[in-house]
Amino acid sequence: MIDFIKQPWPWYFSGIMIVLVMLILLFFGKSFGFSSNLRTICSIAGAGKKVTFFDFKWKDQLWNLMFLIGSVIGGFIATNYLSSPAPVKLSAATVADLNQLGIKFDGKLNPGSLFSLEALKDIKTLAILLIGGLLVGFGSRYAGGCTSGHAISGLSNLQLPSLVAVIGFFIGGLIMTFLIMPLIF
Amino acid sequence: MKFIKYILAGTLFGITMTKSEAVSWYRIQEMFRFQSFHMYGIIGTAVVLGVIAVSLIKKFKAKDISGNSITFHDKAKTYVKYILGGTIFGLGWALTGACPGPMFVNLGSGYAGMAIVILGALLGTYLYGIIKNKLPH
Repeated sequence: MIDFIKQPWPWYFSGIMIVLVMLILLFFGKSFGFSSNLRTICSIAGAGKKVTFFDFKWKDQLWNLMFLIGSVIGGFIATNYLSSPAPVKLSAATVADLNQLGIKFDGKLNPGSLFSLEALKDIKTLAILLIGGLLVGFGSRYAGGCTSGHAISGLSNLQLPSLVAVIGFFIGGLIMTFLIMPLIF
Repeated sequence: MKFIKYILAGTLFGITMTKSEAVSWYRIQEMFRFQSFHMYGIIGTAVVLGVIAVSLIKKFKAKDISGNSITFHDKAKTYVKYILGGTIFGLGWALTGACPGPMFVNLGSGYAGMAIVILGALLGTYLYGIIKNKLPH
């Protein structure tokens, strides 16, 4: 059992587990959507005094913030106690493409050259992370949800607007990957 | 105490996202380059099972933990915000390899840079709140 958990999970098992998380939240009377936490955090920080969008009953969203805290704990547990040292089985084509961009595949989940503490000394890396985050935050609120709210919860409920949002996710992702990233890396 | 169950659900989510490698910047690049089935398999499995589960919940009028019927809210039927917001989101998703959930999961995994991504996401959310009324929806 523990050996199975320590392996990287196959895609079908991962998909099952994500649906399980969605169903657990539905059973608790809530809905699965992560990005609303960003709005809640802005409200807790006092943004509601200046901007009406953040002036809402954020206490009703505390459960989701607890879910967020749990997700940080989950990442910590999985990485420190449930991982095998084997490198991510990334496709050779991706490794080659990223190499061309100057990003060496280090076998980990995320490149140390972008996300390690050391990498933050580079002002360009810092700008990439900050602007990338800004686009995600702005876009998810504009679209009214992120991958969990639209691609999982929304599509599961056959919502056409969610399908449109997911198509948007891919338009943006393809523009960034093929048009913009070659220019900035 | 009533919050513990949400922390545990979040923990399961964090473990799932890490073990599935859906939190991986590399895997997101691989997905947008169409060089592996992995991410499509994860999302595809989740959506197919999700559709079945939601239709069963509706059909059998399943109840939640407090005995209330589980309800689903329809998304607003205006499409400009979904396509524009979605595209902006996608730009950031490909660049940082992280949507909002994985940002926090990766922070727990020890990637310090994710704190900057989270800061950016909060700024982006705040910016949206400020200019919301001037945007087409």
